[in-house]
Order: sequence, then C-alpha cells, then structure tokens
Amino acid sequence: MIEKNEKSTIIRMFHVHKNYGSKKALSNINLDVSKNEFLFITGPSGAGKSTLLKLLYLGEPVSEGQILIDGMNLSRISRKRISFLRRKLGIIFQDYKLITTKTVFDNVALVLEAMGKKRQFVQKKVNSVLRMVGMEKRFNAMPQSLSGGEQQRIAVARAVIGMPKIILADEPTGSLDPESAGAVFDLLKEFHARGATLLVATHDQELIRKTGCRVIYLKDGCQVSK
Amino acid sequence: MIFFFKRAFQDIRTNSFLSAVTIITIFLSVLIVSTLVLFFLNTNDYMNSWKKGIKIIAYLKPDIAETNLVDIKNKIHGLYGVAEAEFISKEEAMKRLREQMKRQSSLLNGFKENPLPDAFEIRLTEQFSNSERIENLAVQIEALPEIDDVEYGRRWIGRFIKLFDLFRLTGYAMSGIFFMAAVFIVANTIRLVIYSRREEIEIMRLVGATDRFIKTPFYIEAVIQGALGGIIGLAALFAAYIYISTNVEQSLSFDLLHVRFFSLRLSGAIILCSMLVGWLGCFISLRQFLKE
Repeated sequence: MIEKNEKSTIIRMFHVHKNYGSKKALSNINLDVSKNEFLFITGPSGAGKSTLLKLLYLGEPVSEGQILIDGMNLSRISRKRISFLRRKLGIIFQDYKLITTKTVFDNVALVLEAMGKKRQFVQKKVNSVLRMVGMEKRFNAMPQSLSGGEQQRIAVARAVIGMPKIILADEPTGSLDPESAGAVFDLLKEFHARGATLLVATHDQELIRKTGCRVIYLKDGCQVSK
Repeated sequence: MIFFFKRAFQDIRTNSFLSAVTIITIFLSVLIVSTLVLFFLNTNDYMNSWKKGIKIIAYLKPDIAETNLVDIKNKIHGLYGVAEAEFISKEEAMKRLREQMKRQSSLLNGFKENPLPDAFEIRLTEQFSNSERIENLAVQIEALPEIDDVEYGRRWIGRFIKLFDLFRLTGYAMSGIFFMAAVFIVANTIRLVIYSRREEIEIMRLVGATDRFIKTPFYIEAVIQGALGGIIGLAALFAAYIYISTNVEQSLSFDLLHVRFFSLRLSGAIILCSMLVGWLGCFISLRQFLKE
C-alpha cells in the first residue's frame, strides 16, 4: 500500500525550512502531492506561497529539509541538472515573464528550442498550442501589444508546450479581470484533465471554492491546515 | 548550429544600438592597437635596414701580394657571421674619399703617395646583431696575419643595438598592454549588453534552457562584432595610410618616410585577434554573470 502510495506521489517535501537571513519565510513544511492532483496553496500576502513554489523550481535553495520531485532530490541536484528539472515543470508567473523583444511565437517556441527540438516540430507544436489557448492569430505580435489576459494565455501556452508533468502557477489570475481570469483558469483545468499535476498559489478564495480541490493554507510561513 | 547563428543575427538586429556600441568599441581598440603595431613595424623596418648597414672594415698590412687576396677573402668568408667581404683597393678608397669630401678634395692633392691602405668591407648576416658577437668576430678578423687593423664603430653599435632591443621590447609590452586594455573595455561593453538582457536570460533559465543554449548566441554575436570591428578598424587605418602615403609622403619627397601597410596575412591575423578580443570579452562577462 505504501509502495503504491509512493509511486503515485510526484512531489514530496520533508521538514522544509527557508530563511532569508534571520527572517523565516517557511517553517517545517511537509507536503505530498500525488500525480495529476490539483492543489491550491493559499494564505495572506507574505505567507510564503511564492517562496514555496520557488523552492520547487529551484529559484531558491532550501535552508533545511528535502524536496523530491519525480524522483529527483533537489538538495543533491547539480547546477547543470537544474535545466533538466525545469523541463519537467511548466511555470506560470503573475507578471507573465515574457521576453519583450521576442514575438509571441518565439516566446512559446523557446521551451522546445531549449530542448533541442527540430524546427518543423517546433513550428507545428507552437501553432497547435497557440490554437489551444486561442492566440493563434496573434503569433507575430510583440508581448507589449497584448492585454494582460492575452499575455497570461501566452505564459500558459509556454508553460504547457513542453508537456510538463507538473505545472506551477504563481497567482496566475492575480492581475487579470474576472473574465480573463476565468478563461486562464479554464485552460489550467484543461491541462489538468490531460494528466498534468497542478500547484496553484492564489489568494482568490472564490476560485478555490468553485473547484473544490485540496488546499494548503500558509500563514507566516507555517502550514496551518491541509 | 544554424539555429544559434540565426538567433545571434536576430539578437544583433533586436539590440542594434548596443551591438553598434560594441562594434565601435572594438573598432576603436583595433584602430589604436593597429596604429601602434604599424608604427612599431615600420620603425622596426628602418632599424633593421640600419642594422644591415653595420660593417666591419679590415685594413690590410702594406705589401700584401694581390695573389693572396682571394685566400684572405676566403678566410674571412669562412668566419661565422660574415655575409659578404668586398675588397676595397687603396685607389678605390681614395676615390670614395674624394667623392665624400667634394670641394675640399683638393686638399688630398698634397699627398705624394696614397696614404690609405687596402681593405676588406665586411657585411654581417642578419642574425648577427649582438654587439658581443660583432666584437668577437672583429677580434677573429684582426687575428688573421694579413690584417693590420679593424674598425667597426664599437661604441656606436653597442648603443644602437641596446636602443633597438629596448624599442622592440617597448613595442611588445605596449601592444600587450593595449590588447589587454581592449579585452577589458570590450568585456565591460558586453557586460552592459548582457545586463540589459538579464531578464531575457533569467526567463530562459526558468524555462529550462541550459547555460550552453544561453551562451552560444552571445559568443557568436561577440565574434561577429569582433570581426566587424576589426574590419572597420583596419579599413579606417588603411584610409589614413593612403592619405599619408599620397599627400604627406609626396609633399616631403623624403625617402625615409616610405611607410608600408600590413600584409594580407597580418591583416587577417589582426581581424582574427579582434574576433578573439570579442570572444574573450564575452567569456569574461558571461562567466561572471551566469555565476551570479
């Protein structure tokens, strides 16, 4: 039973602490996330939601404890292997993080190009993902010319194009109007239905209530309830 | 690789202003270093031609039979460092002296007999530039039984060769210092380029790009910019050279001022060096930036 449980767990956090100098950002976080789970991480601003996601994509190292992602121990991962870890993840940021000097197409294609995929494959795949997020007609646009909702759709397209096992979304609807937020969230649900594991950091209680998925509540860097 | 070249050209176009700044920096560096190298190269040529003019005059004892001259010449030729030994008869020496004295040559008419001795004018091989070696050779020549005296401007040669060596050493040192200065100036300019694109690099890392994927287009860009800077720098120097050789040289009509430009091979080497400067600048900047 335990073995079966271990096999279905894709993320494990053991007594994870994160300190910035003397300030504690996260304290003793223990968390198991199953494959294809849709998990919310919520809490007030400054509770440690973004920090927790950062630890998962190695945007920051842990101060104490261990994290396992799909069998990879993040404390033992070499600098060279970080890129391989990140290819297993699709990351969505609140501020979209699109490259402003590249077109929509190039921004999305970047993930596959970094993987060394062939040009024809990249072209086909990018077109199909842009169609999926409803942005196929804006493939040649520059990010600055798009609305916030459109930019976030591009960020979602970029996060899912490499078919990641896990999608980490940090306040994906935080800066969007309700309509755009609904559209982006529907996209996330679609990718969850296709088999991806989703971790969404948000303080949008309405969104959490609507989906009815498991919720981790953080307060002052501590896990309050599961 | 084609993909990386495409990305490099695309990045140069996108960041055209900073690319232009890098090219101008490399162009100015190449112009300064090449001007310096060209100056040292030409001066070196003149000094070498002076060096070739270093001669030893070996005066023969009086009453040496003409039949012995070939034998003496062969003996001198057999010594290490001798390129050529030309016999100057005392009549020829007197003729040369008269030519040199011009109007005052009438003073020589007072001599009943030609007081000048027969001599050998000895030219040295190019490698024979050490004053100690020249002195040793002079001693060997003087030791020949037919030789009365030897003359070679001992003090002057010593000073000239020391000055020449110092000049050459200064040339190497200054070229080296300017090369290093160029690398650091270019490295700082490229650092500015990288800094202006730090967000792009950060995003690339977040989506799983390897360091190699991020670095390669930067290296290609830097090498292209280095080549362009080098070509423009050499072209500017060549234009200045043409101007000087057609205007200044002609107006002075001075044989000494004949300046030569770099050979094709050396021009190619300078362009390769400017590409290396670009690459090195990029290497230094990227290494620091990606470590952070």
